[in-house]
Amino acid sequence: MRDITLGQYFPADSVIHRLDPRVKILSLIVYIVLIFCTFNVFSLAFTAITVMAIVLMTKVPIKSYLKSLKVIIVIVIITSILNLFYGTGVPIFEWWIIKVTWEGIRNAVFVCVRIICLILLSSVLTFTTSPTDLTDALERLMKPLKVFHIKVHEIAMMMTIALRFVPTLLEETDKIMAAQKARGADMESGNLFTRVKALVPVLVPLFVSAFRRAYELAVAMECRCYRGGDGRTRMKQLHMVKRDYICIVITLLVIACVVLLNIFGFVIYSLIRIK
Amino acid sequence: MEFISVQNVTFKYSEQREQDRLVLDDVSFEVRQGEFVALLGHNGSGKSTIAKHLNAMVVPISGKVYIDGMDTSDENVTYDIRRKVGLVLQNPDNQLVASIVEEDVAFGPENLGIPPEEIRERVDEALKAVDMYEYREKAPHKLSGGQKQRVAIAGIIAMRPDCIVLDEPTAMLDPKGRQEVLDTILKLNREHGITVVMITHYMEEAVLADKVYVVDNGKMLISGTPGEVFSQVELMKKHRLDVPQATELCHKLRACGVEIKYLPLTADECTSMLKEVLQ
Repeated sequence: MRDITLGQYFPADSVIHRLDPRVKILSLIVYIVLIFCTFNVFSLAFTAITVMAIVLMTKVPIKSYLKSLKVIIVIVIITSILNLFYGTGVPIFEWWIIKVTWEGIRNAVFVCVRIICLILLSSVLTFTTSPTDLTDALERLMKPLKVFHIKVHEIAMMMTIALRFVPTLLEETDKIMAAQKARGADMESGNLFTRVKALVPVLVPLFVSAFRRAYELAVAMECRCYRGGDGRTRMKQLHMVKRDYICIVITLLVIACVVLLNIFGFVIYSLIRIK
Repeated sequence: MEFISVQNVTFKYSEQREQDRLVLDDVSFEVRQGEFVALLGHNGSGKSTIAKHLNAMVVPISGKVYIDGMDTSDENVTYDIRRKVGLVLQNPDNQLVASIVEEDVAFGPENLGIPPEEIRERVDEALKAVDMYEYREKAPHKLSGGQKQRVAIAGIIAMRPDCIVLDEPTAMLDPKGRQEVLDTILKLNREHGITVVMITHYMEEAVLADKVYVVDNGKMLISGTPGEVFSQVELMKKHRLDVPQATELCHKLRACGVEIKYLPLTADECTSMLKEVLQ
């Protein structure tokens, strides 16, 4: 229960770690969009290789990435299998209602690679960016939304506090569970329904304590002169340096390559079809 | 006027009924700049409420609290008061806002609108003052209780207050953590000249103070130096309050007829005195 990989920062000294978080978020969004804009094998292979290169550049152990992949492996398998059997075209293998086509295989591979790349990219972001940097960057990126009267600072503050209290509340959950077990609560046996019901004596004290913590935190924040985002400065300033500009250039180049490869693939398909 | 001046303060929470007794009943005391004051009392004696009066978290129903000449009931100076008097609470877990130590320490100065370079300077200085500088990039939940409480103190120190008020800062800590926090508080008081008001129910901690105030049932019971307060063993016992073990031992010995010149406060004082008596 203690290690949730999604949202866990892994401190290391790599170029990716040192990138401006704003640049990192925006480029990763671009890459994620790109994965879903690959229309043939060439561009898919190219983006997959780029993603792998980024993963290797983070200097985070591959084991951590595999761990976050493990969570979604079932989804990957199910969607791949569904895609495999629902392809249209000439079947290359048929048995009862199952029909495998070349297109089905192609779709399955595409979906599989896309989902894996998606997870890897989001892990890159969370592994290499500290939660505070992340919320900080989001606050700054969302600043233009102030025009629409969206309370950007308050949202970022809530995210910071939520991230801060996740480990605290997890620890507390463990403690409450142990306390209830010591009083004879049974949480491991029975069907799904009884097990969910058994969680009630854990959730009630957890909620009560969360509210008490919230109240105390509010007092502590007021003691430290907190009065919203107005007039507040930040210790850590974000500055774009050379490597951030290089990153932007590389991202643009990757976009160009994917577009070119898409066109290239389209031309080749057309040529094959004409023949 | 003294740095902190509490004058005939009466207080009651608004949700209390008319006939309920007052939380604070005509409490007055003063704290001089640079002093280390301990506030003693039972649970529910009103000592935490006094702490909240000192940085304008609550204002008295009648009477006045002045901080460096500023009236806490004047809303225009609330934040000036809070930057002069920092309040550290009991549970370190519920005081830390950010998930990195140095970010948390920076929270106060950031709220004050201080320029980034100066915040950096203040954060480093505050973390060094509580001996937590090498932990500046750690996550608070990976620290021990004593370390967390020292980070919370650093968060207050970074605002450069003249005075820190600590509401039972060691109550949730193990003995090792208690000692760490206590050493830090003493260091801040003696080396950095920060005025300290510490609420506690550990008599051994109160002994270290320049002055001790004892609150009982919302009233100021006794005040004076630790020696003066703890020598009144009978009065303290009558109000179900303890005295340091060394004091109690010698008090009992005296009652049995052993010739004790004065009542000691610490174990060291006690042993040297008993040695003398035995010889």
